Amino acid sequence: MIKFLCFILTIILSGCTTVENTKILKIGTDATYPPFETVDVTTSKLVGFDIDLMTEICKRLGKEPEFIVVPFDGIISGLKQKKYDAVISAMTITDERKKEVSFSKPYYLAGQSIAVRKADKNIYGIEELKGKKIGVQLGTTGEMQAKSIKNTKVISYDNISAAFIDLENERIDAVINDMATTRAIITKKSDAFKIVGDVFTKEYYGIAVRKKDGELLAMINSALTELEKSGYLKNLKTK
Amino acid sequence: MDFIIEEINLFGRIIKFLLPAVPMTLEITLFSFLSAVVLGLLVAIVRTSHIVLFQKTARIYVDVIRGVPLLVQIFFIYFGLGKIFNLSQFPAGVIAISICYSAYLSEIFRAGIEAIPKGQFDASKSLGMNAIQTMRYVILPQAFRIVIPPISNEFIACLKDSSLVSIIGLRELTRAGREFYSQYFVDFETWFIVGFMYFVMVMVISKFIFYIEKKYKIIK
Repeated sequence: MIKFLCFILTIILSGCTTVENTKILKIGTDATYPPFETVDVTTSKLVGFDIDLMTEICKRLGKEPEFIVVPFDGIISGLKQKKYDAVISAMTITDERKKEVSFSKPYYLAGQSIAVRKADKNIYGIEELKGKKIGVQLGTTGEMQAKSIKNTKVISYDNISAAFIDLENERIDAVINDMATTRAIITKKSDAFKIVGDVFTKEYYGIAVRKKDGELLAMINSALTELEKSGYLKNLKTK
Repeated sequence: MDFIIEEINLFGRIIKFLLPAVPMTLEITLFSFLSAVVLGLLVAIVRTSHIVLFQKTARIYVDVIRGVPLLVQIFFIYFGLGKIFNLSQFPAGVIAISICYSAYLSEIFRAGIEAIPKGQFDASKSLGMNAIQTMRYVILPQAFRIVIPPISNEFIACLKDSSLVSIIGLRELTRAGREFYSQYFVDFETWFIVGFMYFVMVMVISKFIFYIEKKYKIIK
């Protein structure tokens, strides 16, 4: 009996010990966010700006990227729990997040924008959002922005496409979200939505790592600098 | 010592944040379950009727609903049918859960009805009762007592499954938990308390069910 228990225990424990493989870099991302990270419908592979950038960075670090898809609201927890070693997910560098993780230097300048239904004639900018129902993605900077507007009802969705579905079905009046993603969604459904006003915030995206992983952060930063100098980053943005 | 005080403070903050979402969880559960009981009973009666077409229709209903995950049903009713019905989150969630649970409950009711000896149907008939009267006065009062334990089980399951509607953005207990931890990044404490709150609710309900069971027990 004891032998049997030992046998079971060995099997269980052997599953727990992770084989230290420095060749692979595990990266967390929420692949529901065009044009930064999405799952390609035809190939079921991850595609997008962030994916290309991280793959290029890994190439320069001599590592193999392994992307792990997770919901955005739990993405920082997962990083801290070592489920992956870095996060690239169109994540804005904020003071709150900086308390939990370290960010690389910014690799993208983004801003929040307002999207409404094409037929809408009442909302022209952030002023008209008072008293309206606004859709956002849970745990994003768009959510924080929306909650700071007075008298609004903010509905947080698991992913931003769900917010756009509800906007089309007239359950909400507007969606506050990153300009680039909103634009990418709208180009696919230009008959249903439009963007009103200009971006009303300035936000920088960064790659996040655990606070203790200073070495990895330094490596990512120097790779980013190289990519900036070589013009790779600029090319990627226009793509 | 500081650590303990900080942790207690954090627990207090989480509970304060989560408590306002508890009524929503209870509302979803109660509304869904009550309509599921009514719907389930109807399906069970139709299924045990003597008309073959009715029996078959009820069977297909149960098979289809039971064969599809509740989460998918929620997505289907909220997003899939969004263009036609445009239900808001609460009714969509309640309808999805009630339809799903009505299938399970109807099977329980059917078991209860079929557990009543055939002789009682014949006896009722010989007393001049019609089918509805037989159900109303003879069969269902007995069947109900038989099915109280399995139905209470389903009620508890239903309470816990109400957490699934958090996916369409309805702010119940689980959703509130996700909101808290996506802002403050305290995972262990948040999910511990969310779990504990469900546990307390289930415990209170179990006690209540125990009382009902005792009250309506058939003395043999």
